[in-house]
Amino acid sequence: MLKKLGIYAVLGLLAVLAIGPFLWLLSTAMKSANENIFQYPPQFIPAHPTLSNFVSVWHAEPMASYFINSFVVTGLAVVLSLVFSVLAAYPLARLEFKGKNTVFMMILATMMIPFQVIMIPLYLIVLRLNLVDSASIPGAYLGLVIPFVVGGFGIFFVRQAMTSVPKALEESAILDGCNRFQVLTQVVLPLIKPTLATLAVFTFMANWGEFLWPSIVLTKPTMYTLPVGLVHLQGAFSSNWRLIAAGTILATIPVMAFFLLLQRYFISGALAGSVKG
Amino acid sequence: MTQIKRALEPWLYLLAPLALLIAFFLAPMGMAFYISMLDYGHSIFAPSFIGLGNYQLLLHNPHFWQVLWNTLLFMLAVVPAMVVIPILLSLIINHQLKGITLFRALIYLPVVVSLVVAGIAWKWLYASDGLINYLLSLLDLPKVGWLVSPDIALLAIALMVVWKGVGYYMMMYLASLQNISQELYEAAQVDGANWLEKHWFITLPQLRPAMAMVALISTIGGLKVFTEIYVMTKGGPIGSTETFVYYIYDQAFGNLNLGIASAAGFLLMLVILVLSLLNIKFFYLKAENEALNA
Repeated sequence: MLKKLGIYAVLGLLAVLAIGPFLWLLSTAMKSANENIFQYPPQFIPAHPTLSNFVSVWHAEPMASYFINSFVVTGLAVVLSLVFSVLAAYPLARLEFKGKNTVFMMILATMMIPFQVIMIPLYLIVLRLNLVDSASIPGAYLGLVIPFVVGGFGIFFVRQAMTSVPKALEESAILDGCNRFQVLTQVVLPLIKPTLATLAVFTFMANWGEFLWPSIVLTKPTMYTLPVGLVHLQGAFSSNWRLIAAGTILATIPVMAFFLLLQRYFISGALAGSVKG
Repeated sequence: MTQIKRALEPWLYLLAPLALLIAFFLAPMGMAFYISMLDYGHSIFAPSFIGLGNYQLLLHNPHFWQVLWNTLLFMLAVVPAMVVIPILLSLIINHQLKGITLFRALIYLPVVVSLVVAGIAWKWLYASDGLINYLLSLLDLPKVGWLVSPDIALLAIALMVVWKGVGYYMMMYLASLQNISQELYEAAQVDGANWLEKHWFITLPQLRPAMAMVALISTIGGLKVFTEIYVMTKGGPIGSTETFVYYIYDQAFGNLNLGIASAAGFLLMLVILVLSLLNIKFFYLKAENEALNA
């Protein structure tokens, strides 16, 4: 009994350490303008809690655009990377053809390339293809995700799952008159749903938080994704920590909600990603 | 006819993914290598070809060595903490208690939020009149210039990175812990082993492959640290937090010295490649063999 209490005490302490920084940010975001945020000793619970900072930051910055952009970009990245991973993984898992091993090794080799090596040429290519925000909005969205929609990791991960689908199932579907593509969509994909969900969450996390690439290609504030927008906001309100805190808290709401709903996939997605490093 | 169809079929699936991979991975890779041999010193529009000159320049540049040193210091601060602390965390959250999934989720939460958010939250904690300095004052300790003192800033960022990362590795260890056969522990129990002995002689050896993995991932992660630094210090004060990728970014998009930036990028890739191979050869395979023989 005493041991149990001790474990709970440790767990409680760890939980406070983990979420404390967010709670402190939330507390700051809810303090009104006439409350000193540098007060000594610090006031953990705001004396007059207010939501006005959230409203102010929403109007002072194109926060709505940041949210929309982040959702569009992340959604696009998830859908496209699922489609391309499945397309590339299927022949590698199930069909016999010349050059298969070479193709597979080439795909795996891309996992070893750090993004920092290719980011400069990538920028030049995206610029040349007009996939930037000075050209068009859909182009900009495409340019933001295009480096991340095909990757060795996703293909490898889906291929592994596909090789574990019993071949007999596919053969009987072919005897029933299905063609290969129907076998893929109607037999194989339903069986590897958990893998696809895991990959979706992994891609979501990677793209939702991505800062380096969008900070390179984006020039228009209305096209900023949340990470770029937050950094911009931090610069614009360098001394107004109430607004910075409010904007930051707002930005975390979607990802925290997703996490609570899809916890299982978040953790399996993260662990799957460890293969990628 | 069907034979041709059968031969073509795989390539129909592979066509789009491979085209994208070539256009957005392999082609940029080749371009990057070419760019790394150009000198942009005189003009960004008319670079001159200098062979491996940029690599030579980098290796003779004390500033670049300072950057490498900063990166090494950062990794020395982060990697051991990432290997050890999550083991303890995973042992704690492995207890089957009521509400344990909630605690796991809370401890995991920093992993989920973006680096920018975490960086801003910690910048606020590190403020001169911020919460951490207040907590120090409760212990009668003096204020620390977390992000403004050149001796401390890199460590302060490392601390934040550890805070954000340990939950992730905790889950990796937890998965390995749950694969350890209970019979080993029962046998140790019969032999009268205490808590420490059980974990020292059973858990740790069994976790060695996982530890090797964590060491490799956190080393590569440490080498690539960028966003945290961009958000919290921008490489300052006086260059004390300028690390490898920050240097590449700054050379490319600050100084517009694309040649130097690309050459540094290839050096980064080389370091990562060597570390990965060394790790696999000496640590991972060895650990796996030992786990099999144990």
